Amino acid sequence: MNETPESTVLDPTAAPATADAVGGVEAADDGPGVLETRSMDVFYGDFKAVADVSMSFTFNEISALIGPSGCGKSTVLRSLNRMNDLIPTARVDGEVRYHGTNIYAGDVDPVEIRRRIGMVFQKPNPFPKSIFDNIAWGAKINGFKGSKSDMKDLVQGALEQAALWDEVKDKLTESGLSLSGGQQQRLCIARAIAVQPDVILMDEPCSALDPIATLRIEELMLELKENYSIIIVTHNMQQAARVSDRTAFFNVELDTTGQRTGHLVEFSPTDVLFTTPKEKATEDYITGRFG
Amino acid sequence: MVQLREQSEAAEFFPSDVEYQGLLSKRSRRGRVVQLSFLLMLTIAVVGLGILLYTIIDDSFGLVAVVNQNEPEAVVSAYGYDPAVTVLDDLNKEQLVDVLQGSVSSGVGRRLEREERFFADRLVFESQAKWDEVCASDEPPSGCSGGVRSKGNVLDLVRERVIQPDIVAVNRLTASIFNPDGFKEEVETAFVENPSRFGEYTYDQVRYQWRAWFSWKFVTSPASDRPEIAGVRTAVLGSIWLVIITVLFAVPVGVGAAIYLEEFARPTRINDLIQTNINNLAGVPSIIYGMLGLAVLVRILEPFTSGSLFGEGAPNGRTIMSAGLTLGLLTLPVVIISSQEAIRAVPSSLRQAGMGLGATKWQTVRSQVLPVAIPGILTGTILAVARAIGETAPLILVGAASFITVSPSGPFSQFTALPIQIFQWTSFPQEEWRHLAAAASLVLLVLLLTLNAAAVIMRNRFSRRMS
Repeated sequence: MNETPESTVLDPTAAPATADAVGGVEAADDGPGVLETRSMDVFYGDFKAVADVSMSFTFNEISALIGPSGCGKSTVLRSLNRMNDLIPTARVDGEVRYHGTNIYAGDVDPVEIRRRIGMVFQKPNPFPKSIFDNIAWGAKINGFKGSKSDMKDLVQGALEQAALWDEVKDKLTESGLSLSGGQQQRLCIARAIAVQPDVILMDEPCSALDPIATLRIEELMLELKENYSIIIVTHNMQQAARVSDRTAFFNVELDTTGQRTGHLVEFSPTDVLFTTPKEKATEDYITGRFG
Repeated sequence: MVQLREQSEAAEFFPSDVEYQGLLSKRSRRGRVVQLSFLLMLTIAVVGLGILLYTIIDDSFGLVAVVNQNEPEAVVSAYGYDPAVTVLDDLNKEQLVDVLQGSVSSGVGRRLEREERFFADRLVFESQAKWDEVCASDEPPSGCSGGVRSKGNVLDLVRERVIQPDIVAVNRLTASIFNPDGFKEEVETAFVENPSRFGEYTYDQVRYQWRAWFSWKFVTSPASDRPEIAGVRTAVLGSIWLVIITVLFAVPVGVGAAIYLEEFARPTRINDLIQTNINNLAGVPSIIYGMLGLAVLVRILEPFTSGSLFGEGAPNGRTIMSAGLTLGLLTLPVVIISSQEAIRAVPSSLRQAGMGLGATKWQTVRSQVLPVAIPGILTGTILAVARAIGETAPLILVGAASFITVSPSGPFSQFTALPIQIFQWTSFPQEEWRHLAAAASLVLLVLLLTLNAAAVIMRNRFSRRMS
């Protein structure tokens, strides 16, 4: 499903563990992960939003980032594919390694990073175009070389993976905005898949959806993890518990000047984190004592 | 009536039930008064516009008193028809050409024939040998290219050159409809009391007829010093050329600048300064732009604006190009600001979605932001161009010709424009010109509405494609 990335900068052969990771399942647990942060600090201007985050994400896993509001989990997520670059004052210290390459190195083009590490946003945001074009556009701008029928196959494949094909196959020319909220979000997932990423970042993808649509997205995530590494930010601890393999808990710290800086408290397998958390703060949060 | 519960200490700060009822009706009353006053304001606006339109239309049509140099009846009866039954229009083309031949000098006749032939198979004023010689010259007149005058065209020539109506008095539309006799009495009285005003005409020669100052013939005739035959063709063409140059300059430059400022510019001090200046420029009086156009476009850039760089031969920089660029500069700030508003109104989620798929900034702007912003951009552009069409002051400074009968042939022609023509005609003392000015205003309004309608249709087509 995943093509081997063909970039010079992000040559997967440069990172030995990755070659296995792309092709096989068993490589997930050993060696460096597909995506890794090392002492990452994120700043907005002078304000340090997140401090010293070191985490590793692997293939075929769903990792959930949870924590109280303002703890910087979305900031961390957006730093993973350089979406934070869109905010003029945002700055990242430390390293984020994707297949062993620091994506914040000077010679890395963020455009390529975002193609490899896709993103699904909190509010469904399909383009005001046809359902077909919503998916085809990403491929086109990334230099899709196939014929028209190849493009059709690509669109169908992406929609099938996103479990949306049966619902929309007869109305591919209709506007993406004509779909329901849950369908729109699955369209956004299909759109992200279509450009052949290997990591998908999801920023509270279900917070604007009703419980049934949420359930469908969660089922979809579980299917997708067979082929991708998924990192999800969620406010919903049940959701984290239901879908994720590993969970990271972030917390906020007030420093002496009153600045709120987020930091990673604990990153463990989900069942461990929810049953026997190592940290007191984690336990307080998941038992509902604060946050 | 709802009983408010005594919930907390704060309850005592609220009015009692009785007080509240009083306050409530007072509040509703105030709302109704405000609503009514807004309705009144709307009515004032509508009435004002109505009066404006009424006066223009009132002046554009009406009765006129004319004195013909040759009576059409005499012309008709010369061909053996009964003037009571047959009118000038009933004569055939041969007869009309014959009438013309009997009245105009052979020099004028030859000039008319060289403009456009009367018949395809024979020459009327010119000898065949001379005609062949003229047509073989380096610059053959337009008549040589084969067109033939229609009967209507010849009829117009007969009216203009044989009948030669001279308008001696004019009347407005409503007065003409409701009190035509009052007008006739007025004219008669004027002839009795002040005969010198009418030269050698006597009242017996006066004929009354309806005249539409605003007509297709008015739009297609060139300017003239005779109000009977003056038209606005040169001014209309000049205005259309100006709009074309203005749009071609202001829209790409304005939209481009807006895209840069909104999507690419970082909030540095220089960019803030530029932004502030653009906002201020939108409020600069148009005459200042006229000064700029005169100093820079007409004088300094004369080789460009006169077209001599391109081998065209305008004598100076007072051309359509100068005026169009001046109007373009005038509209530029408005185009930039409204385009910025339109671009800013595009939800940032679309940009994020585009960038998140690995699109470059420009790919995202081009394919996702601009299509959504285009209806808004078009709205702003329509308003800006509408303002430009009506501008007079900068055109006067840049040097619109006030009297010109040759239609502009390209961007490096001398020109006049509708507002200039209107301005000039209103300054003439004779009453006929005021009616011509009103008709020209109507032409300007129609031109404006046509352009706006075209733009609105275009905008709606874009919006429909979006949703």
